[in-house]
Amino acid sequence: MWNFILRNIGQRLILLVIVSFVAHSFIHLAPGEPSEVDPMNPRMKPEDIAKIRAAFHLDDPLYVQYAYWIRDLASGELKSFKDSQPVLPKIWDRFLNSLPLFILATILVWTWAFPTGIYGAVFRGGLYDRSTVFLSYALISVPGFFLSFLAILWVVGWFGVPVISIKTFGMEHAEPAYKIMDRVWHLVIPSVMAAVGGIAILSRYVRSQMLEVLSQDYVRTARAKGLEEDTVIYGHALGNALLPFVTMFGLLLPGLIGGSVIFEQIFAWPGLGRLAYEAILSRDFPIIMTLNFIAAVLTLAGTLLSDILYAVVDPRIRLH
Amino acid sequence: MSLDPEAMAPPETPWQEFLRIFQKDYQALFGFWVLMLLLVTALLGKAFTEWWVVFDPEVVRLTDKFLPPFSVPSPDSLPTDRPFGGMYLMGTDELGRDVFARMFQGSFVSLSIGFVAVGISLGIGILLGGLSGFYGHVKLWCITVDTLIMRFTDAMMCFPTFFLILTAVALLPPSIYTIMMIIGLFSWMGTARFVRAEFLSLREQDYVTAAKALGIPEGRIIFRHMVPNALAPVFVSATIGVASAILTESGLSFLGFGVPPPDATWGNILSDGKGFIFDAPWLFFIPGMAIFVVVLAFNLVGEGLREALNPKLRSR
Repeated sequence: MWNFILRNIGQRLILLVIVSFVAHSFIHLAPGEPSEVDPMNPRMKPEDIAKIRAAFHLDDPLYVQYAYWIRDLASGELKSFKDSQPVLPKIWDRFLNSLPLFILATILVWTWAFPTGIYGAVFRGGLYDRSTVFLSYALISVPGFFLSFLAILWVVGWFGVPVISIKTFGMEHAEPAYKIMDRVWHLVIPSVMAAVGGIAILSRYVRSQMLEVLSQDYVRTARAKGLEEDTVIYGHALGNALLPFVTMFGLLLPGLIGGSVIFEQIFAWPGLGRLAYEAILSRDFPIIMTLNFIAAVLTLAGTLLSDILYAVVDPRIRLH
Repeated sequence: MSLDPEAMAPPETPWQEFLRIFQKDYQALFGFWVLMLLLVTALLGKAFTEWWVVFDPEVVRLTDKFLPPFSVPSPDSLPTDRPFGGMYLMGTDELGRDVFARMFQGSFVSLSIGFVAVGISLGIGILLGGLSGFYGHVKLWCITVDTLIMRFTDAMMCFPTFFLILTAVALLPPSIYTIMMIIGLFSWMGTARFVRAEFLSLREQDYVTAAKALGIPEGRIIFRHMVPNALAPVFVSATIGVASAILTESGLSFLGFGVPPPDATWGNILSDGKGFIFDAPWLFFIPGMAIFVVVLAFNLVGEGLREALNPKLRSR
């Protein structure tokens, strides 16, 4: 077991190095430059540009820049190009803003996808099954912002509550109950929108996984020996069908972070996604690189955790 | 007793079997016909808006701003600027451009973004996946080809794809070709992984051993014998890939990094229309529903193909 964990950590460390190379080099291969953000600004003299370039080591070869980046990242001294603020605290603040969205969206995905998929598989071909499968196709086929705009129109028009941004401006002195309701409305709509795609995809996986398990011999044996249908499905089949989803924990993360760019833009939510978008607009390389890197590291950590969990719950894996 | 060649023949060819299953899947069949319609629309759109201009998507008529669908041009508009048929089938936008003409042109552009992006991603995916599946055991210095390629693939899979695409598109000069290329360059990872898996299992099959024993050159074994057998899942993922490329393009348009004007795509008509959702809802709902229906059709066809091509699913 320890052998397995150590080998996994070793592999992840190698991956981490590759990831850091990719995160750093990919952005410098593109022709855009931070000094070119504002080419029409008459106050930007060539000397200024040269000064900026020197201050951020933009004239050094790539591997030297990489070394500077890693050094600054490790010591926490990495500064944003735009406002010379340290990158890590900036990202941490935005991460805390995004966290409620991520958590609620993840909870929604996991609590909705499993019952939907399992129920569909158990009553395969029925009206419920066919309509949820079709609905899940429909939901992954809608452009996210189209659906969100419809949702905003509906919620604002029907319930008369504001949903844009984290909270309504000027509610500081309201009754606590109103304040809480205000926060809840602002949180729920974007989370649901961010979760919709995940629910649609995951519920189909759950359904096909459950179908696969239900067609196996041991399920037939369980039925043949006269067990109740509920015992067969929930006692014997369900556990094995759910096993592979332990590994999907980590892989959901890049989708959430990548998708947050659009959803946080729609809902004016000052989180990681908007930080990323602002950084891209202003060619703020340190922030873009670090965000990419952090997202990848989180994913790596997530997959590592789920691989270990998987080995704990399913001993067959350790033998490979 | 003589053997009857009729009785010896398989009951149906794989193609016939595929058709039989696919035709029973009404959702997939519906998707298929939608896609055929779309293909015709896209080709006609290219023909009628560029080669033989019947619908000119670029005519600006400031007298005819924000006309709802099925309205006739105002009497003081120039006779030469009148739309074909004397009616704006889908209304006009904030510059008085004919939305029908723009949607018509956009169908070709959107579809070609999907196809080119998927072409690029499939090319890279099949090449890398095939290499690491077939020549995976070959050693370069101290690591095998398989380790090298698959570790790189794993590393790429850790990044949030949409964010990478957005960054690259934002840094490169804006053009429709950049967008096609970038979407393709960042979405090959899934293809590479399952082509590798497919090749690993195909390499051990008896018919490949037989082909080797017959002394058939390696290139011929790969391309003539193995690739066709590994193609079924590739086909499925290509269909779904086109759908997601169209969605990605509309997401990029929403963030302001879409295909630059004057080229119209469904994505940028939709994202331009979002500002006029109350004054001119048709600018928002027509492209939105068009994208929805087309992407849905691609997804349904992809899923239908998966069911029809995958013997494991079929037996159940």
